[in-house]
Amino acid sequence: MLPPMPAARAARLLLRLVLAFSFTVVVAAVGPTAPAGAQTTTTSTNPGTTGSTVLADDQPAPSGGELVRGTLTFADESGRVPVDGAVVIVSTEDGTEVTRVTSGADGKWEVPLPGPGTYQVTIDVESLPAGVGPEDPANIVRTIEVATGQKAGAGFPLAKAGAEVSSPTAPEGNKFLKLLGQGIALGSIIAMATIGLSLIYGTTGLINFAHGELVTFGALVAWWLSTGTGGPGLSLVLAGLLAVVAGAAFGGAQEKYLFAPLRKRRTSNVALIVVTIGWALVLRHLYLIIFGGSSRPYDEYVLQREIDVGPFTLAPKSFWTTGISLLVLVLVGLMLQRTRLGTAMRAVADNRDLAASSGIDVRRVILLTWVLGGGLAALGGVLLGLTNRVSWSMGALLLLQMFAAMVLGGLGSAYGAMVGGLVIGIVTTTSTELIPAELDLVPSLFVLILLLLVRPQGLLGRAERVG
Amino acid sequence: MADDVILVADGVQRVFGGLTAVDVDHVEVPRGRITALIGPNGAGKTTLFNLLTGFDKPTEGSWSFDGHQLAGVPAHKVARYGMVRTFQLTKALSKMSVLDNMRLAAPDQSGERILTSLVPGTWRARERAVTEEAEALLERFNLAHMRDDYAGTLSGGQRKLLEMARALMAKPKMLMLDEPMAGVNPALVQSLLEHIKQLRTDGMTVLFVEHDMDVVMGISDQVVCMAEGQVISVGTPHHVGSDPKVIEAYLGLRRAVEFEEGYVEGHGG
Amino acid sequence: MDVVETLTESMRQAVGPQAAAFAIAAVGINLQFGYTGLLNFGQVAFLLAGAYGLGITVDAGGSFWLGLVVAITSAVLLAFLLGVPTLRLRADYLAIVTVATGEILRLVVGSAWGGDNLGTGGPQGVKEVTGVFRDLNPIPDGSYGFSSFRFESQTLWVTLVGWTLALAATLLVRQLVRSPWGRVLRSIREDEDAARSLGKNVFAYKMQSLALGGVMGAIGGIIITLNFTSVIPDYFIPTVTFFAYAVVILGGAGSVWGPLVGSVIFWFVIQFSESSLDATVPEDILSSQDLAALRFVLVGVLLMALMVFRPQGLLGKKEELLADG
Ligand SMILES: Nc1ncnc2c1ncn2[C@@H]1O[C@H](COP(=O)(O)OP(=O)(O)O)[C@@H](O)[C@H]1O
Ligand SMILES: [Mg+2]
Repeated sequence: MLPPMPAARAARLLLRLVLAFSFTVVVAAVGPTAPAGAQTTTTSTNPGTTGSTVLADDQPAPSGGELVRGTLTFADESGRVPVDGAVVIVSTEDGTEVTRVTSGADGKWEVPLPGPGTYQVTIDVESLPAGVGPEDPANIVRTIEVATGQKAGAGFPLAKAGAEVSSPTAPEGNKFLKLLGQGIALGSIIAMATIGLSLIYGTTGLINFAHGELVTFGALVAWWLSTGTGGPGLSLVLAGLLAVVAGAAFGGAQEKYLFAPLRKRRTSNVALIVVTIGWALVLRHLYLIIFGGSSRPYDEYVLQREIDVGPFTLAPKSFWTTGISLLVLVLVGLMLQRTRLGTAMRAVADNRDLAASSGIDVRRVILLTWVLGGGLAALGGVLLGLTNRVSWSMGALLLLQMFAAMVLGGLGSAYGAMVGGLVIGIVTTTSTELIPAELDLVPSLFVLILLLLVRPQGLLGRAERVG
Repeated sequence: MADDVILVADGVQRVFGGLTAVDVDHVEVPRGRITALIGPNGAGKTTLFNLLTGFDKPTEGSWSFDGHQLAGVPAHKVARYGMVRTFQLTKALSKMSVLDNMRLAAPDQSGERILTSLVPGTWRARERAVTEEAEALLERFNLAHMRDDYAGTLSGGQRKLLEMARALMAKPKMLMLDEPMAGVNPALVQSLLEHIKQLRTDGMTVLFVEHDMDVVMGISDQVVCMAEGQVISVGTPHHVGSDPKVIEAYLGLRRAVEFEEGYVEGHGG
Repeated sequence: MDVVETLTESMRQAVGPQAAAFAIAAVGINLQFGYTGLLNFGQVAFLLAGAYGLGITVDAGGSFWLGLVVAITSAVLLAFLLGVPTLRLRADYLAIVTVATGEILRLVVGSAWGGDNLGTGGPQGVKEVTGVFRDLNPIPDGSYGFSSFRFESQTLWVTLVGWTLALAATLLVRQLVRSPWGRVLRSIREDEDAARSLGKNVFAYKMQSLALGGVMGAIGGIIITLNFTSVIPDYFIPTVTFFAYAVVILGGAGSVWGPLVGSVIFWFVIQFSESSLDATVPEDILSSQDLAALRFVLVGVLLMALMVFRPQGLLGKKEELLADG
């Protein structure tokens, strides 16, 4: 693709602004929102695994689904270490750039291709972490032939340069501890995001299928505020805090302008669930249009050397993530237990009519539940972006785990959500010892179904009332 | 008077968290009579109904109905054994016609099986018989003129009547009515009571819940009074009505309300 | 922009094989959701079961007919797997478990592990699965139609079979819901405790509805597979289910002809808005990816607007609606 003409470029930006604006209107004056014009650094890539192109036509093998992918790792005393954030450039035979991507935290990268043909894949040596380079510095371009529908691979052997300080040796037995540590980090994020989901269910009876989009919202806002390319380039800590505030406002606005009016019209919960599904589709794909299909890291804290804390060896950011999440969980627990608002939230979740009849302002409690849930989900998104990078679909992918956590803990129970989230996080990461990492969602579902068979009300839930 | 007993329950207990909602040592319902189950709000009457009819599982206890042990039997089978209930909050199916509500309740309709339903010839005759039966009952309950209306258009009292008539369509041996008079306008209460009396004349056993003591006096043969989950008094209406324990339970109503409020503060999450 | 071209292209989409497949799957959802009140948000899992049931069997050397049997059987088994733990519980549980199962099945069959152990072909999927179906095509080679309203012989064959099956499924559901069996379903949709108190085995009815609707989903998946001639794991994303719900709700949940009418109109609207945008807005402003994403935004807005302003859809009865008060 040729570089766009300035006029066309302006038009494109304008369209994005219009989209961003309509988005902002929907969000109803929430403050910093749409990362307008965010997508200036990379030519946009296909919406990867969304399959949107698949549903787009009834032709056989639509768009062919051709892609090229690989995993970037280098050898270390402890084994293969994935390279996060390295840039891979894909161009056509004549050297026209098709797209570029950055590798994920697991070192994986993937580029959808416009069609079959011959392509050149180049690794950007500059983007590799310090001390890491190609084994053969002269060999950084791969030429690949891609057939119709083929998913081609391209590998770049990497090595660590000589004079590196060796990281603490991690014996094999520590692998499990490492996974456990990652599980706690992931689990505490899931727990945080699930509290809102579960409390919203408890107070209104609504399963919010758009809750994942609140998670994504937090990460996107933090990304936009903190990266130099599109936004004001704040520090990530400040950006994260602002994202949480924005998330809380976004959650509150959804309740105030969308769900509260619908409930007032006596719309049933089944109908409202369908509304949240529609809302999720709208939000998620607006994110896709605005942010683009690739996943990106924040500017800060991208690559970190792992450190030891207690028995765990993880990157410092993982410890920070876990620490912040656990602290927030404790604070939320205290808030639910000790404050009037917390007691009211639990009372409404427990029995709405009874709470209303004992003088609790149920509408206000529900609104504040959304505000709390939105803020927590956004914080979850900010932290998830730190360990897993930011993408338009990150929240949607987390939704299944949030559902599992919610059912596991007991629908409507905040403490249940915390326990359930941690269990799901740990199950997800430690299971990769036994099963392929791409299937790490599967054990959560098994736990879920098993639990429904033995204890349907969840670990901390109560049986429902008949008659 | 209770020479023939249709229902006997022993040691039935149901605990919710820390709250013992039902703790009934022994209770009997005589066949062919009207038994009233009374007690202040929160006494555990509805919970006992739920347990007996399979809608809830007891923490412990056993009961037999018409010679069948029914503990642990699912609700739909309980109904097929002839113990058919109504609900305190009426469950008229408001998005179906009054007539369809009635026809739904009829037993032995082979058209309700997925394969035979595809061959109308196999169930048309039964459907006609059921419809006739339903129309007769609707006539009796003064609902015939509404037969093709959605049940949602009925008044509160008419819904209670419909639910009762519908339960009768299921051919019960014992009819269990949870607060049939609640929320019904006073003019209709008398007619409801007449219907219940008529059922006894037809040989039906009736067990009905009512928290207003005056209402039950005129029509019941036996009164069972519950308070805080336990049966505190059994006997003729006169006997129970003058039992000091019963009077105390009704006066203690205030205490129960305060207790429920305490429960909101204490539990949750 | 060429209006005629856009219209014919949209019409082609509205009556094409994909619309037929969605119509069948939607008839199934209508039985489950519209008549029984079951929130099966994993209909895509049944499409997947149908597609892979056929694909794996044919790929392993089985006949096309055996493939169909395997496909239908897998759908029934899947219904049991989903139903047993959830159908005794509140409706919400089924929603959560089905949506999760759909996504997990997709991940498993599309993984390298699935390719090695289940014969799913991993990320590439299964190729050339039509078997004898292709040879049964009575339509002579060539392309039929006018302007861009044009089908190749094979596509036309799949389309005809698809709509015939959609019609058959509709008539079956029509017969069922007008019978006493359907009456029990509707009572369960409104209040399952009431049905239970009248002696109906609610669990069994829900299971029958889930399984029958699931089999229709599987048939939809088979039609899609026959059209693509291969099974592609990436097709079976959760959004397929939500598109099918949009079809059902647009047509009118709980109305016999709703899913068919809904599917035709849904695909027409989708294609029409997309073609118009594509033709009027230059590529630099609205890239093809953005266009694809806008389609999802559109479906989302459609779902929300329908639920808010016309929950009974085009053909439903407002009085019988599960979706209000
Ligand atoms: N599912 C439940 N969970 C918790 N408590 C319950 C439940 N069902 C009933 N209760 C409690 O059990 C007690 C008895 O209730 P109920 O049987 O409805 O009384 P009644 O019908 O006599 O008014 C009440 O205190 C009520 O709050
Ligand atoms: Mg009661």
